[in-house]
This record gives sequence, C-alpha cells and structure tokens, in this order.
Amino acid sequence: MSENQRLRIAHLYPRLMNIYGDRGNIMALTRRARARGMDADVTELGAGDALAAGAFDLIFAGGAQDREQRRVADDLRTVKGDSLREAVEAGVVMLAVCGGYQLFGAHYTDATGAQLPGLGLFDIWTEHPGAGAARLVGNVVAELEPGDDGWEGGTLVGFENHGGRTMLGPGARPLARVRSGHGNNGRDGTEGVRYKNAFGTYLHGSLLPKNPRFADRLIALALARGGDVPDLAPLDDRLEQAAHDAALRLGGR
Amino acid sequence: MAGRAAGGASRALRRGGGTAIAGAIAQRIDSALPARLAGQIGHGCALVTGTNGKTTTARMLAAAAREAGLQPLANPSGSNLMRGITAALISETGATGSIRNGADRVGIFEVDEAVLPHAVRALRPRAVIFTNLFRDQLDRYGEADAVVSIWQRAISDLLPDATLVVNADDPAVASLIEAAERPVLTYGIDDVSQAIDEPEHASDYKLCLTCDEELDYDATFYGHIGHWCCPGCGRTRPAPDVRALSIDANRDGSAAVSIATADGEREFYLPLSGLYNVANALAATAGAVALGLPMDAALRALAAFLPAFGRQERFRVEGRDVVVLLGKNPTGLNQVLRTISAGQGAQHLLFFLNDGIADGRDISWIWDADYEIIAAGARGVTVSGTRADELALRLSYADVAAEPRVVTETRAAMDAALAQTPPGEMLYVLPTYTAMLEVRELLAARAGVRPYWEDTP
Repeated sequence: MSENQRLRIAHLYPRLMNIYGDRGNIMALTRRARARGMDADVTELGAGDALAAGAFDLIFAGGAQDREQRRVADDLRTVKGDSLREAVEAGVVMLAVCGGYQLFGAHYTDATGAQLPGLGLFDIWTEHPGAGAARLVGNVVAELEPGDDGWEGGTLVGFENHGGRTMLGPGARPLARVRSGHGNNGRDGTEGVRYKNAFGTYLHGSLLPKNPRFADRLIALALARGGDVPDLAPLDDRLEQAAHDAALRLGGR
Repeated sequence: MAGRAAGGASRALRRGGGTAIAGAIAQRIDSALPARLAGQIGHGCALVTGTNGKTTTARMLAAAAREAGLQPLANPSGSNLMRGITAALISETGATGSIRNGADRVGIFEVDEAVLPHAVRALRPRAVIFTNLFRDQLDRYGEADAVVSIWQRAISDLLPDATLVVNADDPAVASLIEAAERPVLTYGIDDVSQAIDEPEHASDYKLCLTCDEELDYDATFYGHIGHWCCPGCGRTRPAPDVRALSIDANRDGSAAVSIATADGEREFYLPLSGLYNVANALAATAGAVALGLPMDAALRALAAFLPAFGRQERFRVEGRDVVVLLGKNPTGLNQVLRTISAGQGAQHLLFFLNDGIADGRDISWIWDADYEIIAAGARGVTVSGTRADELALRLSYADVAAEPRVVTETRAAMDAALAQTPPGEMLYVLPTYTAMLEVRELLAARAGVRPYWEDTP
C-alpha cells in the first residue's frame, strides 16, 4: 500500500439527489482514504456539468424524489450519459443509491405508468406498481455476493424506501441476497446490482459509514484501476462496527 | 361518557398521559363526535400544521387567545392525530355532553400533516396555519411532495371564507396559495441580515413546484426557507402581510423583534432563541390576525411565553441547568445546533436517537444534519437511544467527539450526562420525539415539574 495515492471522486447531482443522507457515503470514502494517507478529492457535478473522461476513479450518485429525478434523467440523457457509460465499461468504480440506481437501469415506469428512459448502464428495469401499492420500506440486512477475485463479501446493512420494483435482466448480477427486508422487488430475494465495478443498491442510511468493509472494497477497486486489488491497511473501526452490529440486530425484529 | 372514563383509567395507570387513548375509544363509539363537539365552540377553530413549529405556534396562538379574553381549547400534549384532538374535545365536555363554556371558547389544534384533510372535515376551521414543509418521516409519507398533495386536498374542503395563513419564505408552503380560492394571509422574515452565507446541505425544495426549475435565493435563512424566486416561471416569494422588519438577538437568548402588519409597526420581546422561533411567533401573530384577535393581546402573550414541553424547556436539576431541545429532522436540528453554538461557555451534550414509528424508522437524516456546527464548543458528549451507535458514529465523523460515550438506557444516560456537567453549567439534551417524552418525564420528576397532561397550553 503506497502512500500519497490519490482517489478522485465524482459526486453526481449533490444538490438534486441527496434525500437520504447520501453525503454520508462521500464522507466515508474520503475519511477512510485520508486515514490511510491518501489524497481524496471530491468534484461535485450538477445538472449541466460535463463528466470528463478518465478524470475520476470513483463515481457516486444518490437518491431523490420524483421531481428531482425527472430533471436528472434529462441531464443524464443530454449531458453525462455517454461519458458515464464509457467510464463504467472502462472499469471505473461507481456506486448508485436508490434513485440513482433506478435511473442507471433501462427504464423507470413511475406510479402513473409514464416511462422515464434510463441510461441502460445496468441490465435492470424498474416499475412502480401504481399509487395504491405499498412502498417497500424498512431496515435491510443482506449478504454481499463474493467478488470474482476471491473477495469474501460480508453483510450489508441499511434502510430502503422505494415505490419502484426493480427486476434484473440476464446480463445483471445481484449485489447481495436479502436476509431480511425487501430488496429489489420484494420477491426474488435479490438486492442491488453489480456490473464490472459499478454497483447499484436501494440501501441508504447512510450506507458506507456503517458498512466499512464495502466502503473499503470500493476504495480498493478504485485504486486497482483494473490491476490487482490492493489490501488496505486496517483502521480502528470500533464505532463503525458497533453501528453495523446494531443495524444487524434490527434485521431480527 | 366512555372516553372520559378511559382517560381517567389510563391516567391512573400513569402511562403517557392517556389523552389519546380516551380519544381512540370515543372515536370508535361515535366517529361524528369531534364534529358535533367542535360545532359548539363559539369562536370556531384554528388548525396549525407543518413539519416543524406546530406545537410552539399553536401554544403561542392559544396564549394570544387567552390574553384576548377567550378560553382556548387545545390539544396540549402534542397528540396531533384525530384521536388526540377528539380526546381534547372530550376532556372539555361536561356531564350534559356539551362543551363547557362553549360560547367563550376558541379551538386551537396542532394537526399532523397527513391528518389535515380529516381534521378540516371534522372541525370546519376558520383558519389553517401552514408553518413549513421539510423532509421528515419519509418512511411514513414516501416523499415530501406527497404532503403538498394532501394539503391541497384539505384546502379544497375548507369553508369558502376560511383563511389560509402561509409562510411566504417557504416556496413549498407558498405554492398552496395559487389554487386556494380562499382568503390568504402571509407571514415572513424581511430582515435579510439574518441570512446565512452558505445554503445548508439540507435544503428540501431546490426546484420550483410549478415548473421544476432550480430556485434562486436572494437570502437563505435555513433549509429552503428564504427570499426565493423561480427564474423559470417567475413565481416569487409573496410580500408578507405580517413581517419581521428587524430581529435583534439578546445575549440571554431572547430577541427583540420589530414587526409590521396592516395596523402598522410594533416591537415585541420574544423570550426564545433561534430564528425558527421568530418564524413561529410570526405564524402565531398572523393566526391571531386571521382570528380577529387584538394585536396588543397577541404581542403581550408572546412576551410572556413559556416554551412548549421539550422545546427549549428548561429544568434545574441538582444545581445544573438542563435545556431540552427537540430535534427530529435535518433543518430543525440545524436550527437547534446553531442556537447551541451561539450560547456561552462549554457545551455539555446528551443526544438521544430513537427509531420508533413516531420518530421515523429511517435515521438517515442524521447524515444530512450539520452536527459539525457544534464541533468547536462540545465538551462532554453522551449518546443514548435505540440507534445510539449510529449517532455516535455520525458525531465522530463531525468531530463533535472522537469517541462519544454510548449509554443505551435512558435513565443511566441522564445520570452519566449530569455527572459530567459541572454544577452551575448547562447541559443540552437533544432527543428525538419518543425519547423527548421519556427524558421530559425523568427531568420533571427530578426537578419537580408538573406532568404534561396537567399542563395548560
């Protein structure tokens, strides 16, 4: 683990997509990188801002209400879509939570039946069953799928609150398997998606502060830049682990 | 009357005041009961709704009504669903089944955001006060936008001459004016010297509700509250009918406010700190105008105001001053944190984070609140509640404490926090809603304060 490594983070739509404590994810990434002597800088990209190719190691997008999501969908289509697709194909690490996750799929059908085209980064689609249908809300405990490089996975804890049901297409693999809670659609036991180094999930809460293993996995994949995934120096995670364990216990109630 | 008997029984069992239990039983017996009782209130009803400030605003308005010689009938314990309102009506009903002194009474009820349509149909109010709309309990409402639709539905059911009292500084609340087809009275803060330099992270309405364009602000007070306008469709903050021209905060936490209404300019003294309490006072004053109460009485009532329970309520416990500051969503908590950081001396802090249904099961909002505001002044930090571990992590991220002391049990946490607060100094207690009920009961017992259900609003 060499010192003075640099983690370049793009935070997409921090003003529009930030409804569920999403900035906690950015805090976790920068704090954990800096604790290991790395430089971590965050570039905020709002609607209208271009995403420069090759400029970032890790891209994050949070969640929003439908109103903000419509505006973001426009911007993805007209401004950032192509460069995001290139970045993901090139193996850049991406985490999309909730609304961001939905918009990076093939399409999103809202409660009125109107279809919002997505970016198609993930082979998934999302349908809202209508205004009368129950939202999928509550604490979630899920089991992360192991990585192709032998990474073991582990538990992922968070809170979900979504009206849309997300289905995985044949080209998509789940991020995790639900132990308690609803996950993607409340039926098939899957939660989230992964494609190359891009990850989508419904879990907020914030996700990364209390899931330090997953946070470190994202940092390690970002530093690997397609090569060997480095081992990161361990941190004092007593508070992180206590918060993780407390959320695990909620899965039982 | 079955409801009254249940109230007595539940109070006798000393469980949480029992006011709502009486209401729930009575409602089951007769769902038309609240409408029948409310119809006997001589001066009609006013409702107060919104995310933050309901309890304080309603209490201020009730004090104004009392100062004006009326007898307010209110739901004092913050029990703001229909069953709580029904219970309040029953508790003022005599043996004949009529409201006592009905002719001299005015109903002043705080109403949960989602319950407003029911309350409007049952109580036929003369005025509805909308304080603000922030993200809160999203696990319950889905989205804050859903609350706007609920309110629009309630407004369409209002009597044609009922007055909407609306916060001009909140673009989401002000959007209610357009289709109201009812008299509207607006209030707002004109004193732009109160604006913050940088908008807060927790700003819930960045886009225009009419055209989805991003709103521009000449001044931001907190959250999305400020002097806003939409560059897309030209919607803009309405000029308020009741407005604060200048606000001067005193060192003791009180404020001198210069206010303008249709009657001209006046000064009043507000014994509460925080800009959000000035907004509450403006809402109550505008509510008093809507009810036709004399301005003198309203301003006298504000000057003598005692905080609602858990909202800047102060206790003297074993030589320490303890102040309880409810914080349950990012914007409200940021205001509380600013108030604390403006105080003098070291800040001893006791936080509670619960995730009960009344708190919201989703605690992600703590990552949107700016605990960093108090990083410099914080001394001893104790954390408690059902989600204490997550809050401890958030506080360490904010550099409020490297390793906050986590004490799960409420009484033990209070003991620990009092022990580390030197006599003569101030302990700030910041609970979420359900924790506030417990904390308040503990502190009241130790300081010798009346239980809240004996409290008159």
